Amino acid sequence: MNIISETIAWFADPAHWSGPNGIPTRMGEHIAICVVSMVIALAIALPVGIYIGHTRKHTAIAVNSANLWRALPSLAVIAIVLPITARIDPQLGFKVYPTIIAMVVLAVPPILVNTYSGLAGVDRDILEAGRGQGMGERHILSGVELPLAVGVITVGVRSASIQVVATATLGAVFGFGGLGRYLVNGMSQNDQGQIFGGVVLVAGLVIVVELLFALLQRRLTPRGLRLAQQPAG
Amino acid sequence: MIDIDWSWMADHLDELFGRTVQHIWLTLIAVFIGFLISFLLAIVAVRRRSTYGPILGVSDILYTIPSLALFAALVSITGITLLTVEIPLVMYTLVIFVRNIATGFDTVPVEVLEAANGMGYTRNQRLWRVEIPLAVPLIVAGLRLATVSTIGLVTVSSILGDTFGGLGFFILEGYHRGFPTELYFGAIPSILLAVVFDFLLTRMQRVVTPWAQPASGVASI
Repeated sequence: MNIISETIAWFADPAHWSGPNGIPTRMGEHIAICVVSMVIALAIALPVGIYIGHTRKHTAIAVNSANLWRALPSLAVIAIVLPITARIDPQLGFKVYPTIIAMVVLAVPPILVNTYSGLAGVDRDILEAGRGQGMGERHILSGVELPLAVGVITVGVRSASIQVVATATLGAVFGFGGLGRYLVNGMSQNDQGQIFGGVVLVAGLVIVVELLFALLQRRLTPRGLRLAQQPAG
Repeated sequence: MIDIDWSWMADHLDELFGRTVQHIWLTLIAVFIGFLISFLLAIVAVRRRSTYGPILGVSDILYTIPSLALFAALVSITGITLLTVEIPLVMYTLVIFVRNIATGFDTVPVEVLEAANGMGYTRNQRLWRVEIPLAVPLIVAGLRLATVSTIGLVTVSSILGDTFGGLGFFILEGYHRGFPTELYFGAIPSILLAVVFDFLLTRMQRVVTPWAQPASGVASI
């Protein structure tokens, strides 16, 4: 049997569609850990990015430390966190927390750096024009800076999400489930169908996330900018 | 809180050295080959505009395949060989390099290119004497990103077994033996390795392009 027919056979087997190791369960676990990690990462990166982008203070420290964070290998982050969280909570601390922490570490830098550069990239003259019209700092932020920066911020969030969806598979090397489980189990059982089934599922999820962000990006772009970006005539 | 077996660490320093050397080798091979391929692709992409979108698109798609999946999938085709380790590593460097090199060429102002044409430069002379030197800042920035991300990915190749994995070998073995000391023995040096290379290449970036602003780097993928 070649790889394609083995993969089709793996998908066709009803046993792979139910139970704790079934595709719906593993897909659910994978999506859940990605969503939780992204929510935490957004809660950290957006406020910090908005603050330094708006005030343009502490930019060097923030951008440099974000770049340093980006250098941390996810597998090593999981490995460092694991003994500590496992000591605190033998169940979740072993299986779930290390992967979430590694994914947050992975997702924060692109969101933070893009939020900062999106805001810092707004033309100063436009901000002055806003101030001249009597807008307060808060209003400038919500009415001028954020709408103009939203495109760049979304690119950062999209890039972070895709990396997280792909990299969360590493959790399966350690105790976590998710779609990576098929890759790790497939390797140890020498089961090609399962490995490629896992590859197809992860790739499919990545494509869905890409499409969602393409839609989101269109909705979030202010109408004025959308019109400006359209080719004339 | 966590018991660290210091004497075990002291006993395994020679292995640590060997794995660090392996880690660096696996990284350098991937970065070198990835750079060569990307350089050619970027020149093609910039010269023939119609190939620009597809080349960048394909390299973006490759980037979204999880490293774990690629290693796992390749074992069945190329076995546990250096090729199985390097193919995914090279593939991931392509995205970073192609994008940075192509953007580097792209940012050369049209007037500069026309000035070069006006001086009677041939296409090749213009490429080597004008376009490549002006693209250097972005090329070096790409080199730094690619090297650091490859250092991280080498640890993942430890799932292929004891032969490869660099410092990731200790992470996996430590995990399977339930031995935190060994986990840290692999994890901390691999983080240090990434940080040290990041630092050195940032330095190099400043030395090579003293006129450029300190790197900020927007996520573009």
